[in-house]
Amino acid sequence: MEKTLVLLHTVDGQVPQAGLETLGLAKSLGGEFDLAVLGAGAASAAQQISGGAAGVLAVEGDAFAVSRYATDAAACEALIRASGAPLILAPDTMRFHRALPGVAERLSAAIDTHVVSLNSEGAVERWYYRQRIEASLRRAQRPWILLVEPGSQPAAAPQPGAAPEILSVSCDTRTKIEGFSTPLAGEQTIRPDAPLLFVAGAGWTKKQKDGAVHVEEAANLILDFVRRTQCSLGSSKSLVDLSGEGQAVLPFLTHLHQVGQTGSSPRHKKGLATCCHGEEPHVVGWRFIQERRAINLDPNCGWVRGKADVVYVADAFEVMRELLKLI
Amino acid sequence: MPYQIIVCGGLAPDPLQTLEPVFDPARPSLKNELMLPAVFDPWAAHALYEAGHLARQHPGSVVRVVSLAPKAKLQQVMMTVAQKLPLELVALDGPGGGFTDAAAVAAALADAIAAMPDLDRSRLLLFGGWESATRGAGAVMQRVAERLGITEQFLAVDELSVEADGSLLVKERIEGGRHQISRCSSPPVMLAWATGNLPEPPNHPQTGMANMRVIMPALQKAKPVALEPAAEFLRTALPSVIRQTRVVKDVPAAEIAREIAEWIRQ
Repeated sequence: MEKTLVLLHTVDGQVPQAGLETLGLAKSLGGEFDLAVLGAGAASAAQQISGGAAGVLAVEGDAFAVSRYATDAAACEALIRASGAPLILAPDTMRFHRALPGVAERLSAAIDTHVVSLNSEGAVERWYYRQRIEASLRRAQRPWILLVEPGSQPAAAPQPGAAPEILSVSCDTRTKIEGFSTPLAGEQTIRPDAPLLFVAGAGWTKKQKDGAVHVEEAANLILDFVRRTQCSLGSSKSLVDLSGEGQAVLPFLTHLHQVGQTGSSPRHKKGLATCCHGEEPHVVGWRFIQERRAINLDPNCGWVRGKADVVYVADAFEVMRELLKLI
Repeated sequence: MPYQIIVCGGLAPDPLQTLEPVFDPARPSLKNELMLPAVFDPWAAHALYEAGHLARQHPGSVVRVVSLAPKAKLQQVMMTVAQKLPLELVALDGPGGGFTDAAAVAAALADAIAAMPDLDRSRLLLFGGWESATRGAGAVMQRVAERLGITEQFLAVDELSVEADGSLLVKERIEGGRHQISRCSSPPVMLAWATGNLPEPPNHPQTGMANMRVIMPALQKAKPVALEPAAEFLRTALPSVIRQTRVVKDVPAAEIAREIAEWIRQ
């Protein structure tokens, strides 16, 4: 196996889980690897996990403490050039996904994103057409940057090692980071570290058995469940887009919650779908959910056709009322 | 202050279509690819709606769409897209499927933009989708921008506002369902859009008629682009895992709730 550079960044001074997963993949290949870390506290974070690495590099400082294209691209370019490794593995976080394709252009490198496996023969696997088609490919071009999908690899156990060589990188930028916002004022959305994904489908906003819509009760049931279980909250695209069709909506569900063909593809261990009819465009985002259950009034819904492990043919309002008494 | 807004966007199969790969190691594709109904790529479409909205707020702004796709399919899709907002089209006639190489696509798009004779780069806002519904790499727009020398780049953008001093306030999606808020002092910038906040604009037939007068000649002049394969595909396939679904019917809600609660606790 050719020499590899494991390129990571810090979050709050530590290498996040996605970084340890990328390190785990590099170690599983069995070849020589360098380690490079970028961000606040990068030198310390690198030393905590650099056991086994042939070379250790870091870029840190105020300019690189925040996630920003211009500075991240300059730092990553310097780290990759300093290592000289032909194969670069990095976690597919938003920070690196923003910066590394541009770095690939600067280095005349190839890049593949959303990589879910890499074998010792240099073949990678990833998905196309919004997780509807899987493919395996390899490239002769080097350098080759691979962004590894979080949740797709076992994490490496941190092993302390050598202190890094700290590179000096300068970069001009016209962009300042002003802060962060959470659109939902504290409500959950799709968190990668939650054990359960709860998806609310359009059925919550439709007429119920009594001929009336019960959006307020639906909102209370959903939010109460999410708060008690600390699960991720997702929705099907149809529910997100109902506002554009003049229908009743659950106001706390936004495009950030969207799972499926035009939304995210989370990787939770368990997923519970409610009032979602299980058609392919909505379910395609469930490709990587390991255990799937659904509650639906329609016994012939899409979930029944081999997409869920268990389908409860029942009224989600009634089930959720009972469920909330138990959790 | 007017902007020159360039939206890069390709075509994607209509999301409701059944897709089946045809494996050819040199050029993998979809079965009946040219027969599948196509739409303007959903993420690029969001970028286009945001571009139209921004152009209306800043009179004198121009929206140009640069698209690499099979010319005949592009013409069909533009019949719909052109009714949404005023735009100019720069068409590149080439393969547009998911298995084309992101770097080659980026090079073709960047060359087309760089060749625009009246482009004022100091007013340039380069828009596109953060990923496509085909390749889904999320790597094209950054490469296009780099080739054009634009180093202020934003990915998964949901909101852009122009402040009184002309600076650009950008909200990008980051992990954990949060937005990062950045301020860029001036163009040129690249924004790869997520869904944004704007609905699809209603069709406006008069706009469509006016647009088609310039789009049709642009399609006729579409430059042919050949994308050489850069990767060796070893396999393309539909996922084969089908679950043995257990259907629970005619069971009281309380019992179902007990089973789900136990499953959650495991």
